[in-house]
Amino acid sequence: MSDRLDAQPGPATGSGSSVQPERDQPETGAPTKGTRMAAPGTRTSEEKTARRPAAGKADTTKVLAVPKGRTGAARILLGRDAIMIYVLVVVVLYASLVIPRFASPVTVGFLLLDVIPTLLIALPMTLVIISGEIDLSVASIAGLTSALMGVLWQGGMPIALVLVICVLAGLVAGAFNGVLIAYLGLPSLAVTIGTLALFRGLALVVIGDNAVANFPPGLTSFFTSKIGGTGIPTVMVGVVVLIIAFAVVLHFTPFGRGLFALGYSKEAATFVGIDVARSKFLLYLATGTVSAFAGIYWTLRYSSARSDNASGLELAVIAAVLLGGVSIFGGKGSIPGVLAGVLLIGTINYALKLDRVSEVVLIIVTGSLLILSVVAPNIGAAVQRARHARQVRAAPLP
Amino acid sequence: MSLDSKSAAPAHPTPGHHRPSALASFLKLRELPVILALVVLVAVTAALNPLFLSEQGIKDLLLNATILMILAVGQTLVIITRNIDLSVGSILGLVAFGTGSIFVAAPNLPIIAVFVVGMLFGAVLGALNGLLITIAKVPALVITLGTLYIFRGINNAWAGGTQYFAGDRPEAFGNLSVDTVLGFPVITLIAVVVVAIVAVYMMGTRPGRDLYAIGSDPDAAGLFGIPVTRRVLLAFVVNGLLAGLAGVLYASRFNSVGATTGSGLELDVVAAAVVGGVAIFGGSGTVVGAAIGALLLTTITSALTALRVDKFWQQAIVGILILAAVVIDRIASVRSARKLRMAEARNV
Repeated sequence: MSDRLDAQPGPATGSGSSVQPERDQPETGAPTKGTRMAAPGTRTSEEKTARRPAAGKADTTKVLAVPKGRTGAARILLGRDAIMIYVLVVVVLYASLVIPRFASPVTVGFLLLDVIPTLLIALPMTLVIISGEIDLSVASIAGLTSALMGVLWQGGMPIALVLVICVLAGLVAGAFNGVLIAYLGLPSLAVTIGTLALFRGLALVVIGDNAVANFPPGLTSFFTSKIGGTGIPTVMVGVVVLIIAFAVVLHFTPFGRGLFALGYSKEAATFVGIDVARSKFLLYLATGTVSAFAGIYWTLRYSSARSDNASGLELAVIAAVLLGGVSIFGGKGSIPGVLAGVLLIGTINYALKLDRVSEVVLIIVTGSLLILSVVAPNIGAAVQRARHARQVRAAPLP
Repeated sequence: MSLDSKSAAPAHPTPGHHRPSALASFLKLRELPVILALVVLVAVTAALNPLFLSEQGIKDLLLNATILMILAVGQTLVIITRNIDLSVGSILGLVAFGTGSIFVAAPNLPIIAVFVVGMLFGAVLGALNGLLITIAKVPALVITLGTLYIFRGINNAWAGGTQYFAGDRPEAFGNLSVDTVLGFPVITLIAVVVVAIVAVYMMGTRPGRDLYAIGSDPDAAGLFGIPVTRRVLLAFVVNGLLAGLAGVLYASRFNSVGATTGSGLELDVVAAAVVGGVAIFGGSGTVVGAAIGALLLTTITSALTALRVDKFWQQAIVGILILAAVVIDRIASVRSARKLRMAEARNV
């Protein structure tokens, strides 16, 4: 059949389109099948090829109206990240205009203070999800470091040493996840559900029902202090440094590019020379360490070390990351998008709170946003596919 | 394949006197490690504290496990199709509060009707998950994380500060979790019947087997002619239905239902399935295993109390158990993969 197709297009090209409209009509409903099946007996397939020179010789049915990829500035200005940022800007502007006390340094301060733990953990989580894995144990690691902090400080250790030990604990917890997932090849969802329980359990073992509150006042007030009159928390400086670091690693280093490849296809990543196990291990080290930072921040901000600090944060972080455009299948996502996602949830929550809307609505809004952000592009794609199919079907008619 | 040699080693130190072939078949039966762990746990605890296996003790063990068991069965159906449902805790909460409201609004409604309404309510919520996932072709993890928040929010809005207590419902309904038949609490018998029905469905019927095929390879299943969308939808509907049943039973068993009922339950349920040998990426596992996994997780709490172990250790032990289950699962699959490879090599 293929050589017949090859032989015919020359002569048919000139005459085909004017001759055969009514012969083609019955087949237009199912172009692919019709072409193949009719070919041996009739001349339809050749004629079809002929009327669409651009379509080439082999498959006559699918190449009409190739969806165009965006390039250059359009790609940046119309991409998923950009849309999230526009939405964020719109929400911020709307809230500033409509809600009386929204546009003030106090708001900025409290909003950012609230958002910092999610923001911190969302950074390594983005990398982990882009590489095709997940980490549900982050909040438990934060709880564990918080518990450790309380016990060590109460035991009379100097605070600097306490902080170092806490960060090390986060590193070890992350390494534990990393070894199981990267080197033993266990599924990360199952492993981190296990360590979610394990680390939270260890936090309970360490500190029990107690709460430690008497941290050095200088330190706790530093963690809630603002830069001058701007309302921006001082700690935000450190957070911004981390954000830049993670953005650079993800978007501007071979390691970061490799993570996309890894999330897209593990086999392909291996073939292009990415050390899959090592990359994953490093990612879990990063989540562990940053979760420890979040635990320390949580403890000092609320000036309370408890075993149940930050519980439930893992789902909030994942929701924010997915809202920020990271694909749960891996291979897709960016730090700017995630920042917009985290800040969007934070802003909406805070704005609604200021507007005296109850917590109830916040939860529903978060969930709906999450679903909408993943369903909408798919519906868009489905509509595009349907339109493309319609064009293909309509095309053979003159 | 350094992994093979590494993971093959720890496979042997389990019960020492088995011959290799017996050990292999022992490891192949996915429920056996869980059953063994459960038996050891109960035996050790009973030896140290005889009260643990008193009539009341057994009744408590079963009652504690009932609700998690039913949820784990539903979750297993979903996980086997390579999906996950994180919204079960929220569904349970909604239905439990709904049950309380029904009894307040219509005190004379027959109890069976309340069960039907609760299960239908759950099934509708499950169908919502399933439709979003199958029609929009969006990963279940994302959708059910979203509906977890939405259902919880609706529950908060509906319940507000209201709580329904044991006094708000007919005595006969509350008695379901008190009365026993042949020493078994009535609601546990309901759970056992559910496990049996679903287990038979999964092993003995075409649609049940289809779920495994879908989980092993969704594309291949579709090419083979299995109606993937319909089957996955069915799994979510049944999961919702069972979460609804669990919600009604929750209202019978526990003293109060309110806005936060069932929150945080989703991870326990997934954990029970994982401990019970259900592979998190679909295609294998049994509902019986998941139910036993749920029984094991809840029994640990009672055992630790009975042994006067510091209750703070409980959650850490649960975590270790989940990790052990994942490792055992991995060892088993690596071994069977190697065996298959060798068999194929011989055939060539």
